Amino acid sequence: MRTRRTTTGSTGLYLATGIAAFLFLVPFYLIVRNALSTDAEITGENWKFFPTDIQWGNFTELFDDPTVPFGQSLWNSAVVGVLHTLGTLLVCSLAGYGLARIPYRHANKIFYAVLVTLMVPTAVTFVPSFVLVSSLGWVSTLRGLVIPGLFSGFTCFLFRQYFLGFPRELEEAARVDGLGYWGAYWRIVVPNSLNFFAAIATITFISGWNAFLWPLVIGQDQQAWTVQVALSSYMTNQTVNFHLIFMATAVSILPLVFVFLFLQRWLVQGVAQTGIKG
Amino acid sequence: MSTTTARGVAKSPAAEGTPPVPRRRGVRGRTLNFWLFTGPFLTGLVIFVYVPIGWSAYLSFFDARYTVTPSEFIGFDNYTYMLTNDKFVESLVTFTVFAALVVPVTWALSLGLALLVNRIRFMQAFFRSVFFLPTAVSFVAASLIWKMSVFSGVRFGLANTVLGWFGVENIAWLADPNPPWYWLVIVTVRLWLQSGFYMILFLAALQNIPPELYEAAAIDGAKPGWQTFRYVTLPQLRATSTAVILLLLVAAYQAFDEFFNLLAKTTWGRPPLVELYYTALGENQDYGAGSAGAMILTLLICVVTLLQGRLMGFGRGEETK
Repeated sequence: MRTRRTTTGSTGLYLATGIAAFLFLVPFYLIVRNALSTDAEITGENWKFFPTDIQWGNFTELFDDPTVPFGQSLWNSAVVGVLHTLGTLLVCSLAGYGLARIPYRHANKIFYAVLVTLMVPTAVTFVPSFVLVSSLGWVSTLRGLVIPGLFSGFTCFLFRQYFLGFPRELEEAARVDGLGYWGAYWRIVVPNSLNFFAAIATITFISGWNAFLWPLVIGQDQQAWTVQVALSSYMTNQTVNFHLIFMATAVSILPLVFVFLFLQRWLVQGVAQTGIKG
Repeated sequence: MSTTTARGVAKSPAAEGTPPVPRRRGVRGRTLNFWLFTGPFLTGLVIFVYVPIGWSAYLSFFDARYTVTPSEFIGFDNYTYMLTNDKFVESLVTFTVFAALVVPVTWALSLGLALLVNRIRFMQAFFRSVFFLPTAVSFVAASLIWKMSVFSGVRFGLANTVLGWFGVENIAWLADPNPPWYWLVIVTVRLWLQSGFYMILFLAALQNIPPELYEAAAIDGAKPGWQTFRYVTLPQLRATSTAVILLLLVAAYQAFDEFFNLLAKTTWGRPPLVELYYTALGENQDYGAGSAGAMILTLLICVVTLLQGRLMGFGRGEETK
């Protein structure tokens, strides 16, 4: 009786999971299919499940297309992604440590000033931010793309919470060895927190790579487009080249698929960390 | 060896319970260190978060078209303009409809996926990865796939192809607000992109439920399935559920990418941020009205966050950590 129940139960379980997984994979299939087909096959009378001739040439055609500077936008995204990640980690981790560990009379008030910014999502303040950045003359520049996004109250908060739980004994040992806060931080705290840093780095990189609103506002000039802005421009172009559009999508997703495959452990950890957001 | 000595020294009564303070450095040294660590971040926070908000508050009281250094003070005119502006009010309605659709559906789907993946034994890691994979995809890329392929209004779109096999006429998913099929497109994009993220949160919470609770429930006669889920699993997930709903709501409030890309050039389905984008950065470059809109939205989200925190007891959900 019991075994029969579990068997039918698990058949249903696997069936439901399988169908859901199939549906989740369909969009990926569409990207690959369309990226490697000709337009004639994509728009053909009957649905073609796979291209008859795989069109690897679509890849080079994408970078030769003069209407959208796709190669440039890819490079911009890479630079922005890396600088955004390194900068955020540096600035926010230092602040998080200071708030967690260094006693200072007004530390609490300052922490509240950081917490208040969590209530106002940065997306909502893009108009004021644009006003500021444009009067600094940073529109369509790398600075304008990267610097305003570095000061994430949320990331600072995450680091503070993490450092509060960091074992004090390690720092005390460093202190006996004559290290100040700065030395202890770089020689003891950071090397012993690499897992946490990697988790935050992964999440930060992905959100930087995928960001759209701010790069759209700042990238007024084609040369300053990130890959997301370039992708978006394909959707409003006069002429629609399906194979190019989907090749561009595939290329834009590829770096993240690598991140996903090789850093999944940290990604999951990062999600679990950021999920506690309050 | 040296560690042992270090521990011994550190445990001296004076150091007990106090933070690790370097010797021969007083309060001034600590204050200096505090600013050394937090200074760069706080400076940036003031310049790029506080100043823009302050400046925006200032601009919202001026006639600031095509300029960010206006001279004509107009009081609350920008506010009354925005609040009586049909488009802005409509965008708030759009947000409300959107949140009412996307929050419960995503909550249910991510919880459902977590329950499935949690119970599965064979290829568990594979299925978890499949559901989580879309989290890496951007809203722009997903919108593109949805608009150009899945829900393309033409004959060779996937949905229309599949419906065509059953003899259904082509549907203009995005190009026609009557009936509002565009909501299906908008909601499914977000569902595909975000469910995996929240599934991970639910999975972590499910794995934290002590197995004794299920044993006790079984002894008390709770049937496996719905009863156990209703009276054991769900209450145990309360903190996570609350957090997920709050996160979903805040995310929905900031929705921009998919609306902007899927419904470009249409007049319907504009949430607040898209409306603000066109107000401040569109033809008119009306920074005054745009700023007033930003202020209204900021105020609204503060009120909603605070109310929600109060109502749902957020912050007591320490278990989610």
